[in-house]
Amino acid sequence: MTHDRQMASNALPVLGSHLDTSFLSLLNEHGMTPSWALSGNPDVSTVPEATTILAVRYAGGVVMAGDRRATAGNVIAHTKLKKVYQADKFSAVAISGTAGMAVEMVKLFQTELEHYEKIEGMRLSLEGKANYLARMVRGNLTLAFQGLVIVPLFCGYDEHDETGRLFTFDVVGGRYEEDDYAATGSGGTEARSFLKSVYQTGASEETAMKWAVEALVAAAEEDAATGGPDVRRGIFPTVAVVDSGGFREIDDDALGPLASEILENRP
Amino acid sequence: MNMPMYVPPEQLVKDRAEFAMKGIGRGRPIAAIQYDNGVLLFGENPSATLHKIGEIYDRIAFAAVGRFNEFESLRVAGVRYADVKGYNYGRTDVTARGLANGYAQTLGQIFIHEVKPYEVAVVIVEVGDSADEDVMYRVQFDGTLIDIQSFTALGGSEEALVEALTESYQAGATLADAISRTAAAIVTVEESAVAPERWEAAVLDRTLGRRRFRRLDTQEIVAAIGE
Repeated sequence: MTHDRQMASNALPVLGSHLDTSFLSLLNEHGMTPSWALSGNPDVSTVPEATTILAVRYAGGVVMAGDRRATAGNVIAHTKLKKVYQADKFSAVAISGTAGMAVEMVKLFQTELEHYEKIEGMRLSLEGKANYLARMVRGNLTLAFQGLVIVPLFCGYDEHDETGRLFTFDVVGGRYEEDDYAATGSGGTEARSFLKSVYQTGASEETAMKWAVEALVAAAEEDAATGGPDVRRGIFPTVAVVDSGGFREIDDDALGPLASEILENRP
Repeated sequence: MNMPMYVPPEQLVKDRAEFAMKGIGRGRPIAAIQYDNGVLLFGENPSATLHKIGEIYDRIAFAAVGRFNEFESLRVAGVRYADVKGYNYGRTDVTARGLANGYAQTLGQIFIHEVKPYEVAVVIVEVGDSADEDVMYRVQFDGTLIDIQSFTALGGSEEALVEALTESYQAGATLADAISRTAAAIVTVEESAVAPERWEAAVLDRTLGRRRFRRLDTQEIVAAIGE
């Protein structure tokens, strides 16, 4: 566009493709999209991986939780990794898989949702957000088969249907809506079977939060890559709630006593 | 070869400025004004969905008067600039100063090089952690950039409104107080009553978390004016 070329370098281009509201295509235009590429079949076993995450639906919304451990092979790479993030006012996203790439994906996803909201003057539907995340996971397909996998969990409060909803994904970007609960990552199977044994529809937020933390404790007992609550060091799982009031993260002052109580009562 | 007719630069700038100012003066005014917990953006807008006030970034807001399509494209350019910058560097690296400079460059270029100048006036506000860290800039149709303190007005009978605000402005006023004072000033200057649903208002509230922009609904505005 001749107009753009005329502009001084720090002028804001006003005649770009304004009908495209996507932040990712904007980054593409500037050649700034984050990208990773591997050639051949290098050993990726030393790249830190985020492990167990889960989400539980209850009467008024969804509870999402994740442990704090990242592992690189048999080494504990991080003990305080955050795996549960606010996506926007009414949704949350949690990550498992290659930590560095997943954290960047979350940042991009958050920016994308905010960008859309500001440009359009309204938020994307919950469905729209889940679809967009699926597209981002799909974009990582080649690397996933080279061993750098990202598998997120997504949940939120549907402002239109006035209910909590949660979505799981697979490495090819398949997107599946779950009714009750979901867990993924290395301790996901264990967490899922715990949740299966206790889950009841219409539970309270308090109960759902207790299930979520106990499911992570159960996962940590069976899976070396999942870190349980560490009361002595004050390291607790990340727990967030999304309901009609929006997203809120539960702070450690509330999680500490809950985790201690659960650890004491474990069989 | 045809030579373009010579127009002295003084004449060119004067004609274009007159044209732009006429367009801006036709619009309904918007005011930006500090209150105890942030900055209020307030004005008259016949449309409930086509906003004159918008969120740019965590602490930065935009308000404009003039032609909607022109200031809307400026607003969108601002959001795109801010989101790209904040994503590539850090969220605190996005500043009103950088944004206002970008707008000044853009409007300055358009004023001289395009077929017609933009008929817009823009105010960029950034809210700090305390009142003395608040920053406000005004960008004129020709790219003139002005740093302002406490309050300003755009569009309509701009000078009269600034005068009225100078009289009624009180540092450290509450939000409700700031709204009722600003509304009263606009009504007096424009010499016509405004139906409640025609007010558009938003704040940058320093007590909110990361995203400090918040739109006020008619109910909240009416309650504040009624007090």
